[in-house]
Amino acid sequence: MAILLERSFPVAAGAYTTAGEASTTIKRTLKQLGVNTEVLRHVSVACYEVELNLVIHSLGGTLTLLVDPEKVTLISKDVGPGIPDIEKAMTEGFSTANEEARTLGFGAGMGLPNMKRNATGFDIQSEMGVGTTITMTFALA
Amino acid sequence: MTIRDVLEIVDGKVLTGEKYLDTTVQTACGSDLMSDVLAFVKESAVLITGLINPHVVRTSEMLDITCIVFSRGKQPSEEILEMADEIGITIISSPLTTYTACGELYMRGLPGSKPKAVKTAEGA
Repeated sequence: MAILLERSFPVAAGAYTTAGEASTTIKRTLKQLGVNTEVLRHVSVACYEVELNLVIHSLGGTLTLLVDPEKVTLISKDVGPGIPDIEKAMTEGFSTANEEARTLGFGAGMGLPNMKRNATGFDIQSEMGVGTTITMTFALA
Repeated sequence: MTIRDVLEIVDGKVLTGEKYLDTTVQTACGSDLMSDVLAFVKESAVLITGLINPHVVRTSEMLDITCIVFSRGKQPSEEILEMADEIGITIISSPLTTYTACGELYMRGLPGSKPKAVKTAEGA
């Protein structure tokens, strides 16, 4: 499938102040491309959740946006530390977020399940000491 | 109801976004937990919150929330107001507590956002 657009955004670990800037840019970019409001909201929510996860939990990573005529794809790839138990991490209410994240109103253990709920396709791969890759697709039709 | 109605009901002050007062709002959500807001809010919603930080505005932007009511007379920073202004979100400061502001709005017919347990083909 022909890629119409590809953009990558580095996301730094612990960058609470700027967390969400990549998602804001992604949302505005997709809006300009004319993605419909409903799909756009699903992408935005999942994107913001995954970006926050990179800031809160990872050692840093990259958020990549791919757009083709049929779907929007978001790939979050970090450099560790990895998730020891993915099944547990996917459970609503389970969280290992720190106090700083909680003070900002996050870290309720809703992130991963909420991403899955908003995306059409959701895949998570994680290896301890290597990193986590989350791939989400959102159908445009 | 419109944002103007919300403003009157919560006895509030507009801090930014005066030009959107005639925008219609359909639902509301009262929460200090942005994780929860992200998990169930629909569009055209009002967010009533006692939490004041830029992430409240950013969360609202992601969800197309059109109006934020800061309860208990809390004053957001200039940074927060500038962000909201740029996005086009109305910010209201209300002297009421979150509970009372929500109660007054609910009583006058503004329903809550329903949790979206499953994806539905809503609002075509």
